[in-house]
Amino acid sequence: MQTLGMPHGTLSLFYIFHFYLFGLIGVISALLFVTRKSPVAAALWLVSTMFCLAAMYILLDAQFIGAVQVLVYAGAIMVVFLFVIMLLNLGQGEGIDVRGVGWKIVAGAIGLGILAQVFALTRAKTPVNLTLPQGYAAEQVAQHGAVAPIAAPLFNEYLLAFEVTSILLLAAIVGAVLLGKQKEARDVA
Amino acid sequence: MLPEALFFSAVLFVIGVFGVLIRRNAIIVFMCVELMLNAVNLTFIAFAQVYGVAGQVFVFFVMTVAAAEAAVGLAIIIALFRHRQTVNLQNINLLKG
Amino acid sequence: MLPLLQAAAAGTHPLQGTAASWLWAVPLLPFLGFLINGAFSIVSAYHAGPADPTLAHGDGHGDRHGTHDEEHGAHGDDHHQVKRHPFAMLTSIVGPGVLLLSFILTAAIFFAMHGAGEIATPFIQRYFSWMPVGDLKLDAAFQLDQLSMMMMLVITGVGTLIHFFSVGYMQDDPGYPRYFAYLNLFVFFMLLLVLGANFPVMFIGWEGVGTCSYLLIGFWFSDKANADAGKKAFIVNRIGDFGFLIAMFLLFANLGTLDFDAVRAASTSLQFGGALVTAICLFLFLGCAGKSAQIPLYVWLPDAMAGPTPVSALIHAATMVTAGVYLIARTGFLFSIAPVAQIVVVMIGALTAIFAASIGLKQWDIKKVLAYSTVSQLGYMFVGVGSGAYVAGVFHLVTHAFFKALLFLGSGSVIFAMHEAYHHTGSHEDAQDMRNMGGLRAYMPWTWALMWIATLAISGVPPFAGFFSKDEILGGVFARAQHSTIADAHLFGISGSAWLYFAYLLGIVAAFMTATYMTRMMIYTFHGPNRTGDKEREHLHDAPWIMTGPLLVLGILTLAGGWINIPEFARFLGPVGALERWLDPVVGASTQRVIAGAAETSPGLEYGLVGLAVLIAIGGIAYAATRLDPKSLVPKREAVPEEGFEKVLLDKYYVDEIYDAAVVTPVVGTSRGLLWRGVDAGLIDGLAVNGSALFARFVGWIGSQLQSGQLGTYAWVLVIGVLCVLGAVTIR
Repeated sequence: MQTLGMPHGTLSLFYIFHFYLFGLIGVISALLFVTRKSPVAAALWLVSTMFCLAAMYILLDAQFIGAVQVLVYAGAIMVVFLFVIMLLNLGQGEGIDVRGVGWKIVAGAIGLGILAQVFALTRAKTPVNLTLPQGYAAEQVAQHGAVAPIAAPLFNEYLLAFEVTSILLLAAIVGAVLLGKQKEARDVA
Repeated sequence: MLPEALFFSAVLFVIGVFGVLIRRNAIIVFMCVELMLNAVNLTFIAFAQVYGVAGQVFVFFVMTVAAAEAAVGLAIIIALFRHRQTVNLQNINLLKG
Repeated sequence: MLPLLQAAAAGTHPLQGTAASWLWAVPLLPFLGFLINGAFSIVSAYHAGPADPTLAHGDGHGDRHGTHDEEHGAHGDDHHQVKRHPFAMLTSIVGPGVLLLSFILTAAIFFAMHGAGEIATPFIQRYFSWMPVGDLKLDAAFQLDQLSMMMMLVITGVGTLIHFFSVGYMQDDPGYPRYFAYLNLFVFFMLLLVLGANFPVMFIGWEGVGTCSYLLIGFWFSDKANADAGKKAFIVNRIGDFGFLIAMFLLFANLGTLDFDAVRAASTSLQFGGALVTAICLFLFLGCAGKSAQIPLYVWLPDAMAGPTPVSALIHAATMVTAGVYLIARTGFLFSIAPVAQIVVVMIGALTAIFAASIGLKQWDIKKVLAYSTVSQLGYMFVGVGSGAYVAGVFHLVTHAFFKALLFLGSGSVIFAMHEAYHHTGSHEDAQDMRNMGGLRAYMPWTWALMWIATLAISGVPPFAGFFSKDEILGGVFARAQHSTIADAHLFGISGSAWLYFAYLLGIVAAFMTATYMTRMMIYTFHGPNRTGDKEREHLHDAPWIMTGPLLVLGILTLAGGWINIPEFARFLGPVGALERWLDPVVGASTQRVIAGAAETSPGLEYGLVGLAVLIAIGGIAYAATRLDPKSLVPKREAVPEEGFEKVLLDKYYVDEIYDAAVVTPVVGTSRGLLWRGVDAGLIDGLAVNGSALFARFVGWIGSQLQSGQLGTYAWVLVIGVLCVLGAVTIR
């Protein structure tokens, strides 16, 4: 684990190579995702992007989140998406849902515009006095493991938010069930 | 690695926006939104490396909310499909004022 | 009950801890009465449901009630059945009771004040901070000084008597508790007016009495003429209130305070005779002209006689209409440094006095005669306070309150008797027209005697009250015409001295007319043959004691009231100038400033003036007595219409018609033609209201076009919005 992280001071070429690799694969997968006509293909390309992101999280010393990304996003959420796509039988015959070339060009221009603006905004200097010493996160992981550094704040400072989130999930489950059952309920009524 | 992570994050986010703009399939638009959320998560993780673990905690919450959102959103789409027999946004204009 | 935040002068005032500490209770008692009687009225109205016409008009032949305002009377009368108000008994106790308590408390405060000796500064009670806005710091505060003390005595004293009279006069009225509620409320506001320690508190009272006046003039509101009279009084008074408000604004803008005490202190910084102080005084006087019925705003007062007669006595003769006189006396420190304003006040007062007196000469309605007489006497008071003879003006206010209340209540008794008589026979004659009276002396001896006392008093015959006060005013004007700051001032290029001599002349002539029209009224009402009708005659008699009793007390006061300020030449009657010494801390300095240290008028001249006044009074009475022949008078329905100048007088110089043509008609025309059809219907309704509705609908239509329901479109718009916002942040 520690070798993947940032060794004190310098970054290994190995590390940098993999970061760019996963980044590029992720971006390409994402581009394919938005351009595939078939929803199933699109969803699968998105899964690919998710995996790349998980890898990048791990490279950024967030091993726990990386694991969760694979479990929750790539595993659970995307499976649900695929499940719904297949349930509704959207594989084909829905007609082309992608807009025409003109729309794409304008949308691309807007996208590039936003990108340019975001880059312009990142010229701002990061506040130095808040910055942790380099390699601090990796050290934490080395000392306490991958889960403890995130578990400690989650169950101390953010305990209330954590509990509220559980209620949110409960509400979402109830809501989803209600929405899914709505037609039958109306029929019964 | 912060600048590189932010670069990829921004690119992924813009791809998500692009997807929202050019797609009409409700589920794909929804997935594009998920992509945008993921792009933001990458930003959080990258900053967490520099500013402390709170960013990771935040990603944790975003994921939770995204899961809830996916559950409710997909349920809505299913209900919508039952009603209209389509998920093409062009054919759905329930919000027309 | 009221938290006493801070007592004046931190407990060092000599009145601290005496009965004067209960000052707040004096107005509060009538207010309590108002609440209780009002509750009676509301509760009974709630239980009675919709008005029963036989109840509302008590006497069952209600087609002509508009012409006489006294509708109810007749005790133990089988002609019709009067239904008394279910709470009549309680109201009869509460209504006058609170006033009596209030008067007793006032008297206690008076004795405390009298016993405390010379009190140079007013006793101010601050209850709570009312309007602390920026520089404006107003307290709900009462101020007790010699002037407000005297006003309180008059208001509660005369008020109590009139309340008792009302018990007899009104108790068969279906709105009996409502009547007393209004009357109590009036007394509360009147006390607020005289006790207020700053202009706004006084203004609350000022407006409050106006409201009560409106409510009581239109007391029998089911008759449109009465309701209209109430509205007229209210609207005309608004013009005056506008002046009052402007004066307050000017005072605050220039002196930064509205407390009487502080304004008095700050007024020394004002330039003598300057434009500012003159403007303030003139605007104040505009307020006075409205409230106290002076030219050109007097027109509401005669119409105000539509109210019940005790109301006319209390509000429209004794107290409310004298508020203007009180205001000028209260702000004498301002008027005394504005000689031009003083000339205006004196001239308006003198012109009003003679103008109203001349109208009074030819009126047939007994209450109208008294109404114009009131206007005329108020003119005298303004001549007094206007010429800086504050004591004389206020003195006349007091004596006038006595004798005019007596006259009004006496006329009330007469009308009461007349109405009752006509009621018995079912006749629809006018119970207020003097042509239908005559020879009432034989039937109502008490009323006759008491009203003669009042008539002699108002005419200025010694030793009745009016003689002293009127003589003091005229003497004061004459003295100031010879030498004073007013005499040195100029208005329209004419010296103040000339104006004052002219005012004196007008006053003398008006005094002659006063004696004449009052004697005329007495002769036509009480002397000569009776013209009421053969059947009705046997029903005429004096009013019950609950009504005659107050008359008697007022008669005594009219007889002896003048002795509170005995002039030098009549020192054998008692201590000279008691009132003058009493009021000296309030108005003494202002008076001195006006007369500017001039010597007293010589005794010879003074005797001459007094002699002339007496001669004029007796001359007027004699003139009326010799020239008028009550035997030749015929009842109203047989009377021939007047012609020539008599008709002009009877029709009150057509002032109402002139106002109608000059003000009301153009205003109504402009309102209808331009403001209603043009501005309101065209511009406001058409362009503004419907136009903005159309515009909103148009904008809404555009907005609704954006609401396509297309999620894709929304996303595009959102993203472009993000682009713009980010762009704005980036560029900056």
